[in-house]
Amino acid sequence: MSAAQNELLERATRVVERAQRAGADVAEATARQGSHLSAKVRMREPELVEEAGSRSVGLRVMISQQVAVTYTSDLSTRGLDRLVDDAIELARLSEADPFAGPPDPSQLSDEREHVELKLYDPNMGDVGSGAALARATAGEAAALGASSRITNSDGATFTRASGSSVLVTSGGFTGTSRGTYASLVVRPVAEDEDGKKRAGGYWAARRHLAALEGAAAVGEEAARRTLRKLGATKLDTTELPVVFDPDAGRAILGLVAGCVRGGAIWRKSSYLAGRLHSKVASNLVTIVDDPLIPRAPGSRAFDGEGLLSRKNVVIDKGTLETYLLDSYSARKLELKSTASASRGASGGVGASTSNFILQRGDSTVDDLLGSTKRGLYVTEMMGFGFNAVTGDFSRGAAGFLIEDGELTRPINEVTISLPLDDLLSRIDAIADDLDQRTAIATPTFRVSSMTIAGR
Amino acid sequence: MTSRYQAPFALGGESPIDAQLASRLLTTALEKGGDYADLFFEYGASGSYAFDEGILKSAGRAVTMGLGVRVMKGDATGYAYVEDFTLEAMERAARTAAGIAAGGDTKTPIALETRALPSRYDVTLLSLDVPGADKRDLLERADRAARAADARVVRVDASISEELREILVATSTGRFVRDRQPLLRFGIRVIVEQDDKRQSGSSGGGGRLGLEYFDAHSPEEHAAEAVRQALVMLDAREAPAGEMEVVLAPGDSGILLHEAVGHGLEADFNRKGTSNYTGRIGEQVASPLCTVVDDATIRGGRGSLNVDDEGFEPGRATLIEDGVLRGYMQDRHSAEFFDLTSSGNGRRESFKSHPMPRMTNTLLLGGESDPEEILRSVKRGVYARKFGGGQVDITNGDFVFSLTEGYLIEDGKLTAPLKGVNLIGNGPDVMREVVMLGNDMTLSDGIWTCGKDGQSVPVGVACPTVKIAKVTVGGTQVGGAS
Repeated sequence: MSAAQNELLERATRVVERAQRAGADVAEATARQGSHLSAKVRMREPELVEEAGSRSVGLRVMISQQVAVTYTSDLSTRGLDRLVDDAIELARLSEADPFAGPPDPSQLSDEREHVELKLYDPNMGDVGSGAALARATAGEAAALGASSRITNSDGATFTRASGSSVLVTSGGFTGTSRGTYASLVVRPVAEDEDGKKRAGGYWAARRHLAALEGAAAVGEEAARRTLRKLGATKLDTTELPVVFDPDAGRAILGLVAGCVRGGAIWRKSSYLAGRLHSKVASNLVTIVDDPLIPRAPGSRAFDGEGLLSRKNVVIDKGTLETYLLDSYSARKLELKSTASASRGASGGVGASTSNFILQRGDSTVDDLLGSTKRGLYVTEMMGFGFNAVTGDFSRGAAGFLIEDGELTRPINEVTISLPLDDLLSRIDAIADDLDQRTAIATPTFRVSSMTIAGR
Repeated sequence: MTSRYQAPFALGGESPIDAQLASRLLTTALEKGGDYADLFFEYGASGSYAFDEGILKSAGRAVTMGLGVRVMKGDATGYAYVEDFTLEAMERAARTAAGIAAGGDTKTPIALETRALPSRYDVTLLSLDVPGADKRDLLERADRAARAADARVVRVDASISEELREILVATSTGRFVRDRQPLLRFGIRVIVEQDDKRQSGSSGGGGRLGLEYFDAHSPEEHAAEAVRQALVMLDAREAPAGEMEVVLAPGDSGILLHEAVGHGLEADFNRKGTSNYTGRIGEQVASPLCTVVDDATIRGGRGSLNVDDEGFEPGRATLIEDGVLRGYMQDRHSAEFFDLTSSGNGRRESFKSHPMPRMTNTLLLGGESDPEEILRSVKRGVYARKFGGGQVDITNGDFVFSLTEGYLIEDGKLTAPLKGVNLIGNGPDVMREVVMLGNDMTLSDGIWTCGKDGQSVPVGVACPTVKIAKVTVGGTQVGGAS
């Protein structure tokens, strides 16, 4: 363990002990520290170099099942004293929640059980502001150089970040974790024939610097994705098969993620409440939540309450097999925790996803598109048109018309609508192009029919 | 406004920052040859109360503080921040930010001069200083009222969040200002159940106010509104799909204007030439009915400010007048580019972020039509009563908004409530399609938060009843449009 992690551990332990002395039955502290460097260039000139470090402590206490959470970035003795005093005062103000409590001590994991997930790149900090600017510059230059129709740029940004955190609980759990992250985003702007501007972009992100896609490749892909949008028009209102690329598909999967979290279920604010062990998607659909994938963005060895992480198959060949639960939502629903607790920096705890992934299918993207006679290939969605309570879904979309298996012309300013329940049930093809840039991830997939509103 | 919450950098605080110390840090920030530097000290104290299943289930409090140092050289910005106010840490941040400048003459900061500010949020008693039990009582009232309103109510969540943001801005151009910005927000969400149907409804409000907010808007009123909305939506039917006439209700609909037009009028996009409104000052960009202003002066408004995060005092700026583009919302950097003075729209989420031009309270001013007459003029269309949120592509103004409460208009009357309605279109196009404006301009209750480049800031919106000749409605009923 590094000296920095030791310091975090001592800090969190002191806070827990002090809270217990002040009257807390349960005290759980998370101490974090992080640093980042971000460099942005725009039109080949440096626009921003930002460098900073941050530290914080979050605390959750319970007194006779009365709950409070506090957070501070003031790590002076006085600041930490206040953190504890505020928590005790607020817990006394709260009312007893019969379901509140820490996880059963027998469920807590031991540090020796925590798997090494390779989330930390020790070389990440070596990238200084000059090198960061050079990566951003190379990314933007590749995009600007790709075509004369790329006339402007929203810039290119390289960011590296690293962070450590510890969790210490009065139940006897101690866990430490650390991770790094590097990303490059390139956003060119192209001009259409009628003078309308079209922004597009592409980005790469990895836990390890060496695995990050090359800057030029990111820039070229950003240019390609921007240029192909030129000349976009509306479509007549109709019903068609809709193919979601991984970026658009991720947004759909994110909605599913929100609807299987324990908090949404016991609050009845999910259309999937009461649907356990029933069919909620087509047979092709298997969705897992897997926190144990090495080097993945959403991985964690233990959950926010100290339980050992495990892979959960949420939807298995179309059947909803489990919700994602922390110990609180498990008690509310008379189920067992799935070790899906997530603890925010500010101390609050709730169930959430880790790496939430729609499993890949067998066909290539080309085969999937090729087998689509006429349809809409969606690459971007806009807006927030989703009602989790009913599952009603309607969002703005842009992409391409598929005709005889080929992408023909760009389409924008249409909305696509279908209740999420029907959308998942109508998935009739899944491709094999899964990537690992994001914690919520899908390959390309097709929905057999959706309403498209246009002209 | 006195309070037990006070920034350590306040005069009389634990680590007071005076003009002399600020000047010293600014000098360090400029020593590598920067053109401009500023210091942004921020202290934030916030509280949250969550009432759920009939009890105050959790209460929380957070304290954050730090210093952001910015140094500019030409169009390039160096930024660094620290979370403690020791001289050593602050000097280190100043030196890190200074690194953006590579050589050139060393500038000396101009002597700092304290400026007097207006008082647009004269809160006498900060919500944070009121005993927690008072806030618990307010939430309990909301909960009780919602449950009593209708037997079909199965869940009620009510919350209060409160905040004090104390800032100190010192700039190498001599500005030196302190401001204390309170913020209060109340919200309630209910779920109703009937047979196997479930719907939700919500209501909320607030502003730069103390608990006196509830004198004008009682928890019971919000509870009734949330229940009404959820019950109405139980009967909602599939929305038509296609292009049609749309009438926006006054108040909250201003968010459409904020997203679809407001962002494109932020000066940074226009400085960079990435906005649809770039280079179009003096041109007719909207229907002659439309006058749009950004007004930071509204007393207690959620987006109101005495001073922006760069030390400039925002006022009431006319952006579009009778359909003609008059100006952009400026921060210091963009104003310099346009050879103007900042309009005081330079805002940042926190000391961790650099300022950008942002809206405060954005208003579409009222017209002359009777709102009833506007409705009567529509043969078949959609009435947008409540918005859930929206998103815009600033480069071209393409937007999507979703309605949480909408109705079908048939022969001038609201007939059926509609579910899953999205409005999709292009901001500049829609502004040209505004054909009637009501005489009922209303300021939305304080609920909106605006996101840009990952930074969130509280904003206000206002508009009258608006009739738009043509917007694409994204519903599910193909052929429903006539």
